[in-house]
Amino acid sequence: MKIKEDSYMKGFRIVAVIVIVCASLACLFPFLLIISASFTQNESIIREGYKLVPSVFSMEGYRTVFQFPKQVLDAYSVTVFTTIVGTTLGLFLMTMAGYVLQRRDFKYRNIFSFFIYFTTLFGGGLVPWYILITKYLKLTDTLTVLIYPGLMTPFLIILMKNFIRSAVPDEVVESAKIDGANDFTIYSRIVLQLSMPGIATVGLFLALHYWNDWFTSSLFINDTSKYQLQYYLYNVINTMSFIAGMGAGTGISLGQELPTESTKMAMSIIVTGPILLLYPFVQRYFVKGLTIGAVKG
Amino acid sequence: MLKRNGLLKEFKTNWLLFLMLLPTLLFFLLNSYTPMVGIYYAFTRFDFNTSLFNSQFVGLENFKFLWKSGVLLRLTFNTVGYNIVFIVLGNVLAIALAILLSELRLQWFKKLTQSILFLPYFVSFVILSVIVYNVFNYESGFLNSTLKQLGAEPVDVYNTPWVWIFLIIIFYLWKNVGYSMVIYLASITGISDEYYEAAKIDGANILQRIWYITIPMLKTTFVMLLLFALGSIMKGQFDLFYQLIGNNGMLYNTTDILDTYVYRSLKVTFDIGMSTAAGLYQSLFGFVLIMTVNYIIRRINDEYALF
Repeated sequence: MKIKEDSYMKGFRIVAVIVIVCASLACLFPFLLIISASFTQNESIIREGYKLVPSVFSMEGYRTVFQFPKQVLDAYSVTVFTTIVGTTLGLFLMTMAGYVLQRRDFKYRNIFSFFIYFTTLFGGGLVPWYILITKYLKLTDTLTVLIYPGLMTPFLIILMKNFIRSAVPDEVVESAKIDGANDFTIYSRIVLQLSMPGIATVGLFLALHYWNDWFTSSLFINDTSKYQLQYYLYNVINTMSFIAGMGAGTGISLGQELPTESTKMAMSIIVTGPILLLYPFVQRYFVKGLTIGAVKG
Repeated sequence: MLKRNGLLKEFKTNWLLFLMLLPTLLFFLLNSYTPMVGIYYAFTRFDFNTSLFNSQFVGLENFKFLWKSGVLLRLTFNTVGYNIVFIVLGNVLAIALAILLSELRLQWFKKLTQSILFLPYFVSFVILSVIVYNVFNYESGFLNSTLKQLGAEPVDVYNTPWVWIFLIIIFYLWKNVGYSMVIYLASITGISDEYYEAAKIDGANILQRIWYITIPMLKTTFVMLLLFALGSIMKGQFDLFYQLIGNNGMLYNTTDILDTYVYRSLKVTFDIGMSTAAGLYQSLFGFVLIMTVNYIIRRINDEYALF
């Protein structure tokens, strides 16, 4: 039996489509502006300002970036390295922690969970943490400082714990134990296999954090060759002299000729590119992960 | 005695589990608990060359200064105020979009628009700085070039503090609504079709179905997100504020929050005692707030309590 659509339905759908389309355009608009500006001739930007459609098409922004790629490549390698190492290490530690904390026969799991959770409730604040890292751990200008603070967050550990609990039945662990497997074998052979969607989600959160991190660089890195990509971009946009320094060390003087405005935008596209390219493939996992996380609380 | 035996016994049987958890515990011990010792800086006049407990003790002087100069009040007002607006508008918009999206029929259109709305969440906050530069910078910004084309006077947004209140809110929504929308959409998908079918048979129109079925069913998700947000109401969106405002002193009155103040005191003026004090105030205030909220919620409905 087909139920008759009510009279409001058609009007409602039209409104829904219009609102959704407007919202989507609002989300895309800033990206379009940046993309367009990156392909605009610098001179015409200075004369007429940024526009939605390039008035004079030009690749000079990109050409400048690729002409002196050393700094971008440095920043890229720092970011790729920290992202890969940080995500891998963070996943390893957090899956283990999540597994242990969800084991019902582990007597002190609640105390340890609270030990981790408490850090979201109260903390020493930014300054004591900063002094610990710079003065006592002496990690200024090291790659370690770009990786270690982001390895784990209580939120991701709790998420991981919930994922594993819902994906790995207690009986499976029990029977593996009877067969003589130790806890680490159970973890590496069974738990990791069964909780792949959860690991993908948490891994993506981690990778996104490392890729988009500019804060750590801004606090602890003075050596420009160790800047993370985003902090490098931040300096390109906000520090007038930064682009002029691109040719430094190559022996070529760039002087006033550099197309600074279009180069800034081209740099933004080059920095954001990987995210935009991977996004269509990656967002499914996020949606799936958030769905599980939201439903299981 | 009995307890120690229990721990020892547990350690013997599950030593491997302890070992697997150990790196995590050490991480939080080092990264989160050790800095708590440094709270002492809040009561000293800091000197980088002496050790922590040799710094000159000044009691509550730092707090007194922050309080008397009115800084603390302004920062608290801004931090909490912005967060309340973020929570209200963010959730209303996310729920509205999720409901509209869930009623769409064309699958490809639905998937495409959902992806687009979620996209800003993935780009870094530095991109916000690029966008603001692109749109609002005085000489060549998109806004002014459009205004000039229309024959209007260019506007100097960077010297107009009140505009930034709206810009911050707009960019917050731009960046974050997609994320909560996806969560709401997931819970809408989880609502059984039977409710809607039954409502249709009873002659409920689409608006009634949304009002009487969808929205009440989203309550759990809403409360969950609300509690998370309330828990961090003293923590601002540091990335957002810093990337939009940076070190533009003109705009501090309306846009400075606790996080940006602490960061600036550390990076720019290097006033360690003062910024530790502000940070401690933030942490304590937040702690008291979350405890109170949790206590109230426990009394109303135990299920929703955070801990």
